[in-house]
Amino acid sequence: MRLQVPLVITFLVGLFMAVQFFVPHELAQGPYDALLAWSRIVGAFALVLGIGSLLRTHWEKMRRRRRDWPYSLATIGSFLAMCVIGLGWGHEPGTVFDWVFQNVQVPLDATMFSLLAFFIASAAFRTFRARSTEATLLLVAAIVVMLGRVPSSLIVLFGQSGLGDLLSDRLPDISEWLMNVPTIAAKRGIIFGVALGSIATALRIILGIERSHLGGGGGGGE
Amino acid sequence: MSVWQRLLALDRRWVFAGIALAVVIPIITGYTLPLGKPAPPTVAVYEYIEKLEPGAVVMFGFDYGPASMPELHPQALAMMRHALERDLRVLTVSLNVQGTVLASDALQTVGDALGAVDGEDYANLGFKVGGAAVILGMGSDGIANVYRVTADGRPTADLPVMRGVRNYDDVALVVDLAAGNIPGAWIAYAHQQYQQDLALGITAVMATDYYPYLQSDQIIGLVNGLKGAAEYEVLLGLEGREAPGMLGMSAQSIAHLLIIVLVIAGNIAYFASGRRARR
Repeated sequence: MRLQVPLVITFLVGLFMAVQFFVPHELAQGPYDALLAWSRIVGAFALVLGIGSLLRTHWEKMRRRRRDWPYSLATIGSFLAMCVIGLGWGHEPGTVFDWVFQNVQVPLDATMFSLLAFFIASAAFRTFRARSTEATLLLVAAIVVMLGRVPSSLIVLFGQSGLGDLLSDRLPDISEWLMNVPTIAAKRGIIFGVALGSIATALRIILGIERSHLGGGGGGGE
Repeated sequence: MSVWQRLLALDRRWVFAGIALAVVIPIITGYTLPLGKPAPPTVAVYEYIEKLEPGAVVMFGFDYGPASMPELHPQALAMMRHALERDLRVLTVSLNVQGTVLASDALQTVGDALGAVDGEDYANLGFKVGGAAVILGMGSDGIANVYRVTADGRPTADLPVMRGVRNYDDVALVVDLAAGNIPGAWIAYAHQQYQQDLALGITAVMATDYYPYLQSDQIIGLVNGLKGAAEYEVLLGLEGREAPGMLGMSAQSIAHLLIIVLVIAGNIAYFASGRRARR
């Protein structure tokens, strides 16, 4: 029963959601609206479960004094502090919550992300080599797109000369063409592949072939 | 060790220092570079908003966090300013929990600058968990039924800004500002299912993912990264502190140029040292 009931529910709901898309009748729309509301409620519970799981994991790490456990202490401490501040005094602009968010979380998050620029620059310098025809094409396309994104930088390189003006005028168009034609051709292929894969996976779940979402491991099959 | 080999063995801390200087110096000195002509996808968003009748509703999806703020927040400020200047009504919703605070910040910044009134000219409806279900719910249940209260707890349906706004039929444009895969859900559900006109404001690395939707007219326009924000500011005629995108663009331009120079230098050194080795 523990297996059959979820499988039957999945099959019926999956079938209904696929059929209702083509049936704009009230009989189909009523249950559809109800299912949408349910999914938002389930989503809220998933958020609670996620928070519970996060806290349990870090609590266990602290309790057993595992490696880097002080970071877990910082995580739980920050979580509780923000909960108390937010629930106690609100989170509108001008509140303590907003101040902490703007002056602690925003700079921390931005710093983490900004570090990427340094590592990308270093990695590009060390590894972006024209070792083969494909790598050369990639290299040239990357440079054109990068310069097309920041055409004014060419003025730094060439000054307000005819060449600088010509390149800063033409490169954005070449960059747009690269984004609009070869990139989209490749991207469309990927999108079609992903879409077909998604349909196949959805069918496997609806028909009960794929059961990993029910827990207990295993990718599916009988 | 030859010059080329020395260059190839360059300590990466020199690269880090170069990038730091390339970013910091333009920001400190206020050095700005001309931007060039705005890209057509940015102009398309600008022209769409420009053509809307006063009182029309523009909904902004704040689906990004502080990590993407440098690229997306200037976009949000510019597009919101444009909408409020044109007397359009602005609603913000968030499917990213951090987005709701950023939406409040953007609305307050632009609202204060233009003298717009919270609740009458704009409202931050806050965060709802559920992703695609929230997007679909706003089309079927109605916006005020999904976002029953605003981010600061006022009943959404009672706000003057919500007068006559039930669902997507009453929203002229949705602009999703996102740093993840949420735009895909807006395209698949809000546009495809409810024919909602949709524009995107995304980070530069996401551009290749969403250009196909631009070509297929599933989105009316695309504001792409910091450059897109700066382009929008140029279209609005903004300058100085009112144009954070323009300020950031100079730093980004110099940093990009440095990376290109490093890549070219690395390749020259690679081939020069290789030839030397073969000899």
